[in-house]
This record gives sequence, structure tokens and C-alpha cells, in this order.
Amino acid sequence: MSQPGSRGATAGLQAQNGAAAASGSPYSNGPVQNALMSSQVSAGQGYDSQLPGSYPHLMPAKSLNPFSGQSNYGGSQGSAQTLNRPPVASNPVPPSLHSGPVPQTPLPASQNPAATPMPSGSFLPGANPPLPLNWQYNYPATGSQTNHFPHVAQPAVSGTTNLTRNQQYVSPGDPSLQTSFIKSGSALPLQNPPLPTSFQPGAPPGPSPAGGPPPVRGLMSQKPPPRVVPPPSFNSSINQEATPQLTNQNPKTSRSVGYAYPSLPPGYQNTAPPSATGMPPSSLNYPSGPQAFTQTPLGANHLNASMSGLSLHPEGLRVVNLLQERNMLPSTPVQPPVPNLHEDIQKLNCNPELFRCTLTSIPQTQALLNKAKLPLGLLLHPFKDLVQLPVVTSSTIVRCRSCRTYINPFVSFLDQRRWKCNLCYRVNDVPEEFMYNPLTRVYGEPHRRPEVQNATIEFMAPSEYMLRPPQPPVYLFVLDVSHNAVETGYLNSVCQSLLDNLDLLPGNTRTKIGFITFDSTVHFYSLQEGLSQPQMLIVSDIEDVFIPMPENLLVNLNESKELVQDLLKTLPQMFTKTLETQSALGPALQAAFKLMSPTGGRMSVFQTQLPTLGVGALKPREEPNQRSSAKEIHLTPSTDFYKKLALDCSGQQVAVDLFLLSGQYSDLASLGCISRYSAGSVYYYPSYHHQHNPVQVQKLQKELQRYLTRKIGFEAVMRIRCTKGLSIHTFHGNFFVRSTDLLSLPNVNPDAGYAVQMSVEESLTDTQLVSFQSALLYTSSKGERRIRVHTLCLPVVSTLNEVFLGADVQAISGLLANMAVDRSVTASLSDARDALVNAVIDSLSAYRSSVLSSQQPGLMVPFSLRLFPLFVLALLKQKSFQTGTNARLDERIFAMCQVKNQPLVHLMLTTHPSLYRVDSLSDEGALNISDRTIPQPPILQLSVEKLSRDGAFLMDAGSVLMLWVGKNCAQNFLSQVLGVQNYASIPQTMTDLPELDTPESARTIAFITWLREQRPFFPILYVIRDESPMKAAFLQNMVEDRTESALSYYEFLLHIQQQVNK
Amino acid sequence: MEAMVFLLSLIDCCALIFLSVYFIITLSDLECDYINARSCCSKLNKWVIPELVGHTIVTVLMLVSLHWFIFLLNLPVATWNIYRFIMVPSGNMGVFDPTEIHNRGQLKSHMKEAMIKLGFYLLCFFMYLYSMILALIND
Repeated sequence: MSQPGSRGATAGLQAQNGAAAASGSPYSNGPVQNALMSSQVSAGQGYDSQLPGSYPHLMPAKSLNPFSGQSNYGGSQGSAQTLNRPPVASNPVPPSLHSGPVPQTPLPASQNPAATPMPSGSFLPGANPPLPLNWQYNYPATGSQTNHFPHVAQPAVSGTTNLTRNQQYVSPGDPSLQTSFIKSGSALPLQNPPLPTSFQPGAPPGPSPAGGPPPVRGLMSQKPPPRVVPPPSFNSSINQEATPQLTNQNPKTSRSVGYAYPSLPPGYQNTAPPSATGMPPSSLNYPSGPQAFTQTPLGANHLNASMSGLSLHPEGLRVVNLLQERNMLPSTPVQPPVPNLHEDIQKLNCNPELFRCTLTSIPQTQALLNKAKLPLGLLLHPFKDLVQLPVVTSSTIVRCRSCRTYINPFVSFLDQRRWKCNLCYRVNDVPEEFMYNPLTRVYGEPHRRPEVQNATIEFMAPSEYMLRPPQPPVYLFVLDVSHNAVETGYLNSVCQSLLDNLDLLPGNTRTKIGFITFDSTVHFYSLQEGLSQPQMLIVSDIEDVFIPMPENLLVNLNESKELVQDLLKTLPQMFTKTLETQSALGPALQAAFKLMSPTGGRMSVFQTQLPTLGVGALKPREEPNQRSSAKEIHLTPSTDFYKKLALDCSGQQVAVDLFLLSGQYSDLASLGCISRYSAGSVYYYPSYHHQHNPVQVQKLQKELQRYLTRKIGFEAVMRIRCTKGLSIHTFHGNFFVRSTDLLSLPNVNPDAGYAVQMSVEESLTDTQLVSFQSALLYTSSKGERRIRVHTLCLPVVSTLNEVFLGADVQAISGLLANMAVDRSVTASLSDARDALVNAVIDSLSAYRSSVLSSQQPGLMVPFSLRLFPLFVLALLKQKSFQTGTNARLDERIFAMCQVKNQPLVHLMLTTHPSLYRVDSLSDEGALNISDRTIPQPPILQLSVEKLSRDGAFLMDAGSVLMLWVGKNCAQNFLSQVLGVQNYASIPQTMTDLPELDTPESARTIAFITWLREQRPFFPILYVIRDESPMKAAFLQNMVEDRTESALSYYEFLLHIQQQVNK
Repeated sequence: MEAMVFLLSLIDCCALIFLSVYFIITLSDLECDYINARSCCSKLNKWVIPELVGHTIVTVLMLVSLHWFIFLLNLPVATWNIYRFIMVPSGNMGVFDPTEIHNRGQLKSHMKEAMIKLGFYLLCFFMYLYSMILALIND
């Protein structure tokens, strides 16, 4: 009765981590390439190295309070900003400097706890051009401008006023370069969100405004204590302090506030209407359009904040009897639970789409975690395409000296000069340069720097983060041209797609491209500039493959574009008459590896059959009559050749993406290793044929289009750090774990997800919050070295009930799926299935025995886990783990690869598809996205009882969309949407909806297009009627129903109940 | 003759002790990030067969020289060594697989195993030493 994956393993890696920490080896996200990692590398990268632009002198003390007395300075400076630090920081009162009373603290009239926002624009003449020092703020990160202008202007700070200092920052150089807010629309300060300030009248005599805020635990809004008052009062006071642009207007008030935080002059406190407080702009509001560097207004609505802690989603406390309440599936997509954190911290927290934890309340001890029987782990989607991503260019990247954590919103500032790492608790100095905030152009506000305001941020890495100059984008295509391959006709599609997208390949002037084809021999193509046509070179010695010429096989795309185009046009015709049926994939891969190893890059391999020649030749292992049994299927690779080669590739920064277009068994279990360990991805098009299977052709084209044009990061490494006491013991995804927490990712793409399992090594009793940080260091296609950092902060809890309340059922199911894939490979499929079922039984019986006081009959589950049995049942019926069907081995293994490599959203959709009724779409509740109206029909349960013969239902199963049309479907739908006369005239295979000029058609198409846009792959739409062959697949996905070999949802619940109540 | 048997076992045992110390050092290097998984595993996998052979030789030697107690003492460890070697999945790169070693606490269990073996070899070492001296005296 244990969960899948070894819980025993959670005893874990304490020794490792401990040792690593003790040795002080800084976790460098160091450049790659070198096998020996870390300590040596990192020595050069951190604080040890002298920061280039460090100020030659310290600021005179006076400049610490630059605004006081500068009345003429007016409102021109800075923007309306709130102090957006969550009150984690404990700011001790600076002893002597400002010891006076705090005149402005009581905001006079605002009894309104919802605060008084301050429309910032009104104060901002916006006179000063932004004058940051070697700083850049690229707003939409997609624009990859990087002025690597050498930072020449060494500020000679005279130190009297901020103003003078600013002026001195203007280097005599090009002013346009100096204004480093690259964001279009300039005038950044004006775009700052309104500033809500707030005041809680009933606040007890809390800490003095500048003074020590209550420790974090006060803010944790634990359940019972209804009043968590001190924080609000603190918020409000801080808030006022942190309105720098106003202070100069009133020197008298600003004087009193601690450390040079200028404060809000009384005259402005109540002026603004509180309209903006309702929805303070979240700093992680990704989809929101171009927005200034978001400052999270703190203290807005703090009464609500404390109330929310009190009420802790009343719904969430509910205990559900699953046997009685059947309709648990919400009609909208399941939302991840919100960690029970103080609102101000939560606002800064990482977006759950990027970074998610299975338990949003971390159990305090391993014993508690074991008791809960739920897996603890993270699911990451670190390189997701983001609409908005703050990018910081700074000569020093502030990191903890001992654990190398990047500074993040959840660190605490002890005072202005020191911050305490939230992962290892070391106290670090704030570097001089970090004292200056380029956004507000205010000195002395390290807590308002973008690094401390965004849980997701990207740094431009300085040269310490490179072991070699950033590599150019290199793309190598390895194409199977054996008879079988030519027969499928895939070359046409691939070459055409490449031709179409040649200019859209991410890259720069250094982009290199090359081609290799292979059958029983390996063919190279010389694309030397000046040749009239590409020259083919054949290497027939596949036992000891060599590169026929040192240069011109990988050529600069810009210089040889015509030759490349030539080649792509002729390639499909070159092999039409080939009779060669053998496939020497192994030697071709070796050759490709040799070709690419000096630079690294991306290798795209197209393969259509089992490799039969040379090294890496494989033998068919599938026995068709044993497909359905869970025993004796070959999920493990048959040779270690591909694994070894993948590790070689990984060492040389080469990633291999495998496109398998095979009708027969091709041993994906073995072939897939080449991608799995080199951080590539696998695409599988079963039975691809250009004539017989046009659906797959379309799918290949669409996915190639995405594949070729999506963002790509080269020579990447990712580190996942977590607060001391927690440790990572298992990794899931496509990469090579090079050392205890360093993932080697030769390429990183926006469609890859990762998961890790964690254990609690040391008790977390002394801490209220834990943080997780993933840092991805990569070279962009523009040749810049960048670091993308995500930080997630979660509360620690001490009771089992709270652990259950915070459970994230989707993340748990996703992690369990990953663990089950491992289990299927190391043990067997039936073991994995048992483990999945046991995971549900164990956790629910733990809940029953430890949390529920009265032993009611039925199957009692916490509200947070109400969908757990359903999702696990769906997993059991998913292609990876199902039994009893005639699933082909390669398809099953592909499904497993997808489980490991997909981000959680897509995984959940493939596991538990969404079912919509689409014959009566209306605009009610529709989304409006850029002039398009997208209807939002409710999600239905996956049960045949929800279907009706007079409707049409769309099932969104991730990689495939199925539109089932009932026999008595309204004529209206048939003619207006499907464009057919009657039910009988729906074609047997219909994969496209006609674009008709009717509102019904427009709605349906808008909805389907919207669904498709949300994912990187292209789901094919099948229109299914009763006699269609696809109907079986449609019904297969009805996970709540009984199938020949699997239980129905109700039966499954009964089985669980029986086990739980035992 | 008997002294020779034990002398041989003693030398063999010394080698095994050094080998397990080497295993422990290399594994702890990996723990501390001084080397990467790939080089660690290739180093260790090289020595898996020598260890297996070395230990099997002693065990067989004891059987041949009819030292039942020592033979039975060695048998479980020898069996484990062989079992571990045989049970390596076809796709793995040896007993130590760089892609797996950081997963599911494998590193820790390898470490534990090396520690236990070191203790066992030390015990054997003194036993052989004692037996050898005894044999020499008896001669």
C-alpha cells in the first residue's frame, strides 16, 4: 500500500544536500560545457568578483534621504509607487536618523479599509527622462533588444540631492542608449498602477511605520485567529512611507519616517477615489497587455486579506461524500488552489501555470507528509511563452553568497543594506548598485527593485555566466530517405514547411543550418557559398562514420540561403527511385553528432522505420497478441546506444528531436532515449502517409510550423533550489541530471514541462514560509545569455487537515502520472496501475482516520481532493496505463513520453478531456479576445449519460478534438455548422468544419480555434457520427463509464470506499 | 597450504577494501557536485566486474578449501553482487546509470551499499588475518 514512486526514497538526499551546502559550493548556474561543475565555475561568478560598475565611493549619508527638503523637486520625480514589498521584511527602526513621530501616519478620513488609491498620473509631470545606469527594462520580453552598451558613465555622485545625482548619471554618450526603458510608450512612470494606500483605524498600536513589522507568522493568516491586525497597520504605514514622489512636497512629514522612505503628504491622502483598489494589478498578471513594471500596491484591502485568512474558502472546508454527490466536476476549467498566504505575498507569487506545487501548504515534517500519503513535488513550465516578462540588465546579479539563490520577492530586508536569503537564511549585503532603483530613479530602495517585485524575471547574464562565447543557433536536419520513407511522402511536407519557415527560424546573422540524409549510407550536403547547386557527399562506411569535409556542411543560413532553398526543393525528388530499404540511423546520428559537437545546437531527426544497420540497430520486440495484457511488454530500451549518444550530445550541447513517422513498430522505447536525455522532444505520427492519411499530413505541417518558429534556448541549464529542509529526490522530464540539482538542457523549448519530487529532510518548524526557485540559464537565439528565474512561496502547516486543504489535485495527478511512468518502466505496468489506485486509497484513508472525527459512512473526501478519484481513474484509462485495448506499443510509449514532457495543463487535458455541448452555443458568458467572441459552453462530465441524440458534443482531448453528432441532431446545426443536408450525408471522415456565413458556424469555429490556440501542438478535429470508426475512441475517453476492462467511476468509488473503510 | 589460502584471501580482501573506499569517495564526490554523474558512473562501472570477480574468487577459494563458515558468510554478498549485475536493465549503462543515479534516492542506496560492503570486507580482513596467523602457527 504505498504510493507509486518510492516513498522510501524520500529518506532522500539529505546527505547530498547537506554536504553540498556545507562545502559551500555555490550552485552556479554556471555555463555549461564543462563536465566538472560548479565550485570551480562559480567562483568566478558571483559576488566574489568585483562588480564592474561599482561605485567608487559611498553615498554621503545625506543622500540617503534625498528628498527631504527638496521642495523644488516637485512631483517630477519617479512615479506613484507603493511599497510593494510584502511585509515579510522585518525592518528594524534605524536607530537615530529619524526618530521623530510619524505625523502622517493616521490617514485622516479613510475609515475605508479598502484604502485610498492614488492615481499616480496626476502627480507626474514626467519631466525627468529616466536615467538609469546600465539598466534596461525591456518590457515585452519578446523584443530582444539588448543594448550591450558598455557602461561608461561612472557616476560621480556628489551626494547632495537625488536630482544632482541623476543628472550625473547621464553619460555623455548616446542619450537614447541611456534611457534604458526600452518599452515602447516610454514614460514608464506614468503607467504605473494607481497607488492604494490604506489605513486601518482599529489597528492596535502597531509597529512604528518605519519600524519592525510583525514577523511573518503574524501575517500568515492562519485559520482561527480572525484578526491579524498588526500587518494591516504596518501596511498602511509602509505604504505611506513608500510614496517617494510625494514627499518632497512636504519636507516636514518626510523627515519622520525611517530610513529615507519619503512619505505621503497629508494633502494627498484622501484625494483619489478608491476605485482602483478593487483589483490591484498583480505583478504576475501575464496576459495583461503592456504595462509598466507592475508595482503591487500593498495594503489594499487588508481587512479583506485578514478576513480571507479567516474564512479560508468556506467551500474548501467542506467534506464531500463522493458516493452521494455526483456532480463534482466544475463547469469551468479546474482552477489551481490559491496558497493560503497573506494577500500581499500571494500577489507577488509565481503564476501557477509556470510553477506549481502539489501541496500548496507544505507539511512541516516528513512524518506529517508520510501521514498525508500525498506526493510532494513541483510541476514546472519554466520556458513558457509569456506575454509580459520583466527583463533586467544589470552588471551585478544579486544572489545569496552561500546558496546562490537569486534575490526574489520573498527575501526579507533586515535593513537597507542587508537582506536575508529565504532559502538558506544567510544574511547578505545589498550591493551598492542595487540600492538604486532604476524604475523610480530613487536611491535607497532595494526592496522596490524589479527583482524584488517579480516572482518571474529574466536577467541578462554578464560574461561570468559563460564558459564560452554564446553559441550561434545551429539547426541540423537528419532525414530518413530509405524506400519506406520515400513511400510515405513525408519529405515533401517537411521540405515545404522548412522552405516556408526558413526566414522564421529563430536566429540571427550567425544562424547555421545543415542537412544529412541516410538510408543504408549517410549523405552529406555541401552548401558552400558560390556553388551553383548543393553537392552531395556519400559516406558508405557506416561502421566508422566520418565527416567527409570539415566545413560547408553546416553553413550560415543567410549567406547560403539560396543553396539551402535549392536543396529543399530538390530533396523530395532525389530519392524517388530508391530501392534501399535499410536504415542506418545509428551511424547517421553519430555523424550528425560529430558535425555539431563543436557548436551544439538542435538536431531534428526524421525516422520512418526500425533502424536496421550499423550501431544502434534494433530488433522488433512487439508481439501483437500480447498487446492487451499488462505483463511482458517492452517499455525499457533494448540497447544503451541511444542513451549513451544522448549523453554525449548533452555534453556537447546538442539536443535531438525525434520525429517518428512509422507505420510499423519502431521501438520508440529505445529510440526515444536519444531525445529524452538530450532534452529534445518526441513527435509521433503513426501510419503517416501523404495520400492515405491526409490528417496526419496536416498535423505534421502544423506542428512543424510551431516547432520551427517557436522560441528556443540553447546550451541551457536549470537549477531548482528550495528552502533549507526540503530536498529534491527525483526528477521527471527530458533532460540529464548532471549533478544533484542541476539539469542539463542542451535546448529548452516553450512547450516542455518538468516535474520534481521532494521530501522534507529537516523539520520546518522554525519557518512559516518556504520558497522554491528555478533558474534557467540559456542562450537565446539572438546570442544573449539570459537567466529566467521563477520563485514560488508557500506556507508551512503543522496539521494534517491543513495539508489536505491545500492539496492541488491536478498537480498531484500530474505528478502521480510521472511517477507511474517511472514505475511502469522499472517494475511493470500492472505495478504502476496498482500504485495509482493505492495512492487514492492511502490518502483518503489517511484523511478518514486522522482528520475526520466522526466515522460517517460513505466515501468522505476533502473538498480539495474531490476530483482525485476521478483523475486517477482517468489516468488508468489513459493510453499510457490502460489495459485491455489493442494499443500499439509505440503509441503507449509515446503517451508515456508525453506524460513526462508535457506541461501540466496539457497533460490534464489528455488525461481527462473536456466535453462541451456545441449545438446550442450562445454568446452568453462568452470571452472577448481582440474583437473575437468566443463562446464558453460549460464542461460536462465524461459520461454517456450526458450525451443526447439530439445534440452535438465536442470533446477536447488535448491532442485530438472530436465532434460527436447525435442521430437526431437539430437540422439547424447540421446545415448551419456542418454544412450538410442531413445526418446521413455527414462524410465518414470529416476533419474540417466548413466556414459558413452563419452565426452558429462562426461561434463553433471561433470556439475550436480558441481551443487550438491554447496549445503548441495541433489537435485534429474529427467529426464523428454513429457509424464512424472514431466512435470507439470517443467513447474510450468517457472515463466515467464502464468499459470491458475498466471500472466505471461509481464502481471505482465503491472499490475505494471498500478499501478505505477496511 | 592453508596459510597460502588465507594469504591470498587477505590480499584479495585488501583490494576489495580499497575498491569500496574508492566507491565511497567517488559517490560522495558526486554528492558534493565535484564530478558529474556521467564521469562518476563510468568510473564506477569499470570496477563493478573486478569487484564481483575478486569477491567470487575468495568465496570459491573458501569452498574449495572447505572453510564452510567463511564460505557461508561470503555467499550472500557474492550472490548479491551477481544478482545486481545480472538485473541491470538492457537500456542501462551498467550498475550505476548516470541518468538514474539522482532519481529515487539511488545515490543514497548505492552509498549505503558501499558502506556496508566496506564494513563486511574489514571484518573479513581481520578474520583472514587471524586464520592466517593461526595456520602459520599450526604449521
